Amino acid sequence: MSEAIQMKRADRFAGHGEEDFSLRPAHVKTEEFSVFYGGFEAVKKVNCTFHEGLVTAMIGPSGCGKSTLLRAINRMNDLIPSCRAGGKMIFQGEDIYRKDIDVVSLRMRVGMVFQKPNVFPKSIYDNIAYGPRLQGIKNRNQLDELVESSLKQAAIWDEVKDRLESNALGMSGGQQQRLCLARALAVKPEILLMDEPTSALDPKATAKIEDLIGQLRGQYTIIIVTHNMQQAARVSDLTAFLYEGTLVEFGATRQIFTKPLEKQTEDYITGRFG
Amino acid sequence: MRLGTRRLLDRAFSSLGLIAIGLMALVLIVILTPIVSKGTGAFVFRATVEHRKLMFDQWSRGNPEKLEKDKEAAVAARAPVYQMLADFDAELKAMPRADRAPYKQPLRDVEKALNELLGPEPGTRTPVLMRQQYGATRWDRTQVKLQNVLYSEEWDYSKTGELGVKVMRPRVEDFKGTKLEPLFGYVKANIDPMMRPRWTFYWQFLFDTSKDSHIFGGIGPEVLGTIYLTLGAMLFAVPMGVIAAIYLCEYAREGRVISFLRICISTLAGVPSIVFGLFGLAFFLNTIHVSDSKSVLAGSLTLSLLILPTVIRASEEAILAVPRAYKEAALSLGSGRWHTVMTVILPAALPGILTGTVISMGRAAGETAPIIFTAAVSVGRPLLPLEALSQPTPALPWNIYNLCTEHEAVDEIRHVQYGMVFTLVAVVLLLNVFAIVMRARISKKLRG
Repeated sequence: MSEAIQMKRADRFAGHGEEDFSLRPAHVKTEEFSVFYGGFEAVKKVNCTFHEGLVTAMIGPSGCGKSTLLRAINRMNDLIPSCRAGGKMIFQGEDIYRKDIDVVSLRMRVGMVFQKPNVFPKSIYDNIAYGPRLQGIKNRNQLDELVESSLKQAAIWDEVKDRLESNALGMSGGQQQRLCLARALAVKPEILLMDEPTSALDPKATAKIEDLIGQLRGQYTIIIVTHNMQQAARVSDLTAFLYEGTLVEFGATRQIFTKPLEKQTEDYITGRFG
Repeated sequence: MRLGTRRLLDRAFSSLGLIAIGLMALVLIVILTPIVSKGTGAFVFRATVEHRKLMFDQWSRGNPEKLEKDKEAAVAARAPVYQMLADFDAELKAMPRADRAPYKQPLRDVEKALNELLGPEPGTRTPVLMRQQYGATRWDRTQVKLQNVLYSEEWDYSKTGELGVKVMRPRVEDFKGTKLEPLFGYVKANIDPMMRPRWTFYWQFLFDTSKDSHIFGGIGPEVLGTIYLTLGAMLFAVPMGVIAAIYLCEYAREGRVISFLRICISTLAGVPSIVFGLFGLAFFLNTIHVSDSKSVLAGSLTLSLLILPTVIRASEEAILAVPRAYKEAALSLGSGRWHTVMTVILPAALPGILTGTVISMGRAAGETAPIIFTAAVSVGRPLLPLEALSQPTPALPWNIYNLCTEHEAVDEIRHVQYGMVFTLVAVVLLLNVFAIVMRARISKKLRG
């Protein structure tokens, strides 16, 4: 890779690339983890570690299995009847694909933001309070506080504080996506999964979400799937490159984008395919 | 394809569509016009003094003083008629027996026709049948009865080899030169003061019990029966249908059993309603004995089976139309399946479910065959809600059929038939309008 490109890319990194990430404790770890859709192996024996408090980006061409891997972490793939998993997915020392795992309580600990804003057709307040109410919080004051703090965390409080009772579907796409983020945060998860969270948004709304990711870094382990390479470079500490279900390369974002070890990674990043 | 061809195709198709819609509108108008025009005739019509008498005698309606004056005026106008009859009687008695004979039958006919027009002659014994206790209550019937007084209907078979021809022969010809001759002219000229027609809005038609098997009175028990049957059917069908739909959409794992179940549901939707009726009789009444006789309960159960497939289908469709994203969002927040259904999926599917429900409600209200053997009787009183468990009831669809085919005096009750049809159509229409409005309101609320 040419020196000029290296320099240009390097300027855009989040600025926390010097740390040795391997020292951070692992939050989620996959061991020979595979996902099958019927007979098709969408994720192939992936070994990967997501470290606590860091932002990990997953990149790769369409259909490479990155979304599938992401959705495997909170077992959203269970919704697809033909889907099953092999290998181990260790979350805080426990394999979450063990038979006796309570999926519902797992999902409370792993929040998720989806590709398209999927607010409920309810009021803004009820959207945020949905998760806490599930956990049995009924006290109005407590709920009010949670709603406020979540909305503030998602940097949307000032925009909506006067119309908490109005329908969430009346907001713009970018606002809706931040509301979804706030809704996920209200459950107080440990991990935040983001499945191409800005692909349906305009650049301005995208920038806001990216800012938010920067602010949330450290408090949550964030795993983000993105098609946008610049985005991955801007927001993440670590990057995983997947290709046809295989984890091709995994490492510090700066290193992946400047000195990729694998030829495939370099080709993808420089735009030769994908 | 050339641009000209494409344009031609588009134009041809759009005009075809327009024609189809125009035809549909035409058919609708052709159907609805008589229903509305004649149906309203059961409520709004020119009522004679006989109607007012009936209302007062049977339901104590109306101002007694006014009615008394009304009656007096009518009696005064009718007095000459009875005077002429009495005079003619005297004239007959004075005649030799042989001369008397040819007048006997025509006189009897005239008296019968007069009774039907004016009611029983004052001072005679009150007839047992209520229909003979009053004259013509409606102005349209008055016209018919008047014709019967003035003309006798005879058949002319003089042309051999051809069908007979109906001839209306003036009755006055029978009484030429007698004291009865002026009667016909008098009746024709004074029909107004004798009957005293007045425009009336008989809204109680909807609530009154019928008297003398629908000759007089309204359709109250029928309307109430229809309401009971429909609500009863919904009571069974909606919870079962919605639960089944939720199970099929959210819980069932696709497989042979489920496919088979779906086929069964589709088939059930296509079964003729008379089969449901017979099944209801065989199963609910003869096998598990939900009641000793036909009953609203048995009818409701049968109707609910009939509309169950529709409810399931509509609910399924509505549930499947809920964006997957809602479900994913709820699950990702740690919601269980049941909780997701209750808090996210059902509220979002509610407009669709509601529409399906109300449309099937309209169907249940209008179905005849399933209730023939299980719930319906031709004449009855309004039931109390608890009686519905064990008692049969009259109901609009069945009574429309019954009144049109089996009533002994069909001509006398045409207005009742049309009134029933009008009421039924209006009820179904109102239900559908209600469904549309509700759907719009809930959708709007959901869309924000």
